[in-house]
Amino acid sequence: MLQVRNVTRVFGRQAAVDDITFSVDGPAFVGIIGRSGAGKSTLLRLMNRLTDASAGQILVDGRDILALRGAARRQWQSDCAMIFQQFNLVPRLDVVSNVLHGILNRRSTLQTMFNLWSRADILRAIAILDRLGIAEQAPKRAEALSGGQQQRVAIARALMQDPRIILADEPIASLDPMNAQVVMDTLKRINVEDGRMVIANLHTLDTARRYCDRVIGMRDGRIVFDGTPGQLSTGAARDIYGADADFNEAATSTSIPSDTAPDDAYAARMLA
Amino acid sequence: MADTAFGHGRTDGIAQVRAAYLDMVRRRRMYGGILLILFAALMTASFGLAQSRNAGGLVDGLPMVLSFPSEVISEAWENRAEVPALIAEHVPSLVETVNIAAVSTLLGALAAAALALLSTRGLARWPALTPLFRRLMDGMRAIPEIVIALMLIYILGGGPVPAVAAIALHTAGALGKLFSEVAENADLKPVEGLTSVGATWGQRMWLGVVPQVAPNWLSYALMRFEINVRASAILGFVGSGGIGYNLKIAMQWGQGRYDEVVAIFLLLFVTIVVIDRLSDHARTRLVKGSFA
Repeated sequence: MLQVRNVTRVFGRQAAVDDITFSVDGPAFVGIIGRSGAGKSTLLRLMNRLTDASAGQILVDGRDILALRGAARRQWQSDCAMIFQQFNLVPRLDVVSNVLHGILNRRSTLQTMFNLWSRADILRAIAILDRLGIAEQAPKRAEALSGGQQQRVAIARALMQDPRIILADEPIASLDPMNAQVVMDTLKRINVEDGRMVIANLHTLDTARRYCDRVIGMRDGRIVFDGTPGQLSTGAARDIYGADADFNEAATSTSIPSDTAPDDAYAARMLA
Repeated sequence: MADTAFGHGRTDGIAQVRAAYLDMVRRRRMYGGILLILFAALMTASFGLAQSRNAGGLVDGLPMVLSFPSEVISEAWENRAEVPALIAEHVPSLVETVNIAAVSTLLGALAAAALALLSTRGLARWPALTPLFRRLMDGMRAIPEIVIALMLIYILGGGPVPAVAAIALHTAGALGKLFSEVAENADLKPVEGLTSVGATWGQRMWLGVVPQVAPNWLSYALMRFEINVRASAILGFVGSGGIGYNLKIAMQWGQGRYDEVVAIFLLLFVTIVVIDRLSDHARTRLVKGSFA
């Protein structure tokens, strides 16, 4: 269904994404891991056509979406939802309006300016919010919501697009562990219940292991690992993160650490 | 707020949310529609009034709009060989005009900065006096530059000083308002941090507010500089010297001197373009510099 072929993106002299090839069949939950600057974000932005590629092809059902221009490109973007680390909602508009933005591709600019959404669309937006458990927030401004709620509004906007592929660029990197779990559970649910492909950039190993059917590891713009979460050993992780033998998996985790001995020792020293 | 439930058991709740939101949409649309109708009605009604008050009609006069410019340009085109020489001839008076604008912008912007900080909610040195400073700026904006200039020319005689004073006063009022709006949006956390170490009001403004607002203040000030070049050219008409005086002479002369008019307009246009480019450049430097 999705085939990425020799895709490259060069910024200045440096290749952020360097000759990447992989393919995904069917509605999988794919996690892309790697340290910051590995090219994960650039890869997702290339797929959504927010950034242009320098070379290569991305085939979706045999059509090269990197070659699309103008209206065809916007059509593709409406078919391939993007979820951002910082939510990227319009802060001063209410939650339902933000969700309705998912169908902007099917609306003319004039209709949008006069805020003419059909009753059916509004009801669908509220139904999606209800599904994600935040229907009570419907009339509030997006900026009044907590981070976890805003990210769920962003997911609702993505669902409003009724996309085949959902791209999530570090969806939980700005959230606390509890909200991170809610957002990841939501994404997994969409993946399983609706059968939509989800490709998520994750910076933590434990999330990747827990939610993904397949993990792709990137380092310096290249794929250095591609396999199931089970195959992702500590050695493979060291490769991906470019760390040496004292690599500690907890350093890439967002959950609350269970090992508090060093903290306690430090506290004791300071109190002595 | 991390509710893990995907609520399905709250059918009452969702019905309420739906009804409330649809209500809100209906209300918003109604207000929007009323505003649109009002706007359209006012425009059509006032067009009739404006049309009847005019000496000529807009429709009748429309074809004549271009007759003066075309006369000027066609004459200048005939004498195009002389235009470069004329431009060179007027450069000294342009320098005078730009100088008047620069000095008055500088003085006005300094006064505006002080007035802005004194009249911004949350930053003011004496919060009770903010209305006073605001009215002061309103007054400076209300009096036309040309009135002040004429008054001062009467007292001091012609020359650049009355022009500088008149433009600086207006600039202080206009920029003060813009500056204070920028300052209002400044983040107060740095100011609080400086207050916590016992900084004076001046220190807090200089270190806590000015760095935040500098890029916007600068671009507003440079924009004002552009406007002031034009204002100082206009003041030349009433005897403040500079390129405006030359323009007045050339226009009064009428036919035969239109090449000079075009030369002066070209000079003014180029000056504005140069200031615009400079302001772009300076602003980028200032914004990027803060990242380095």
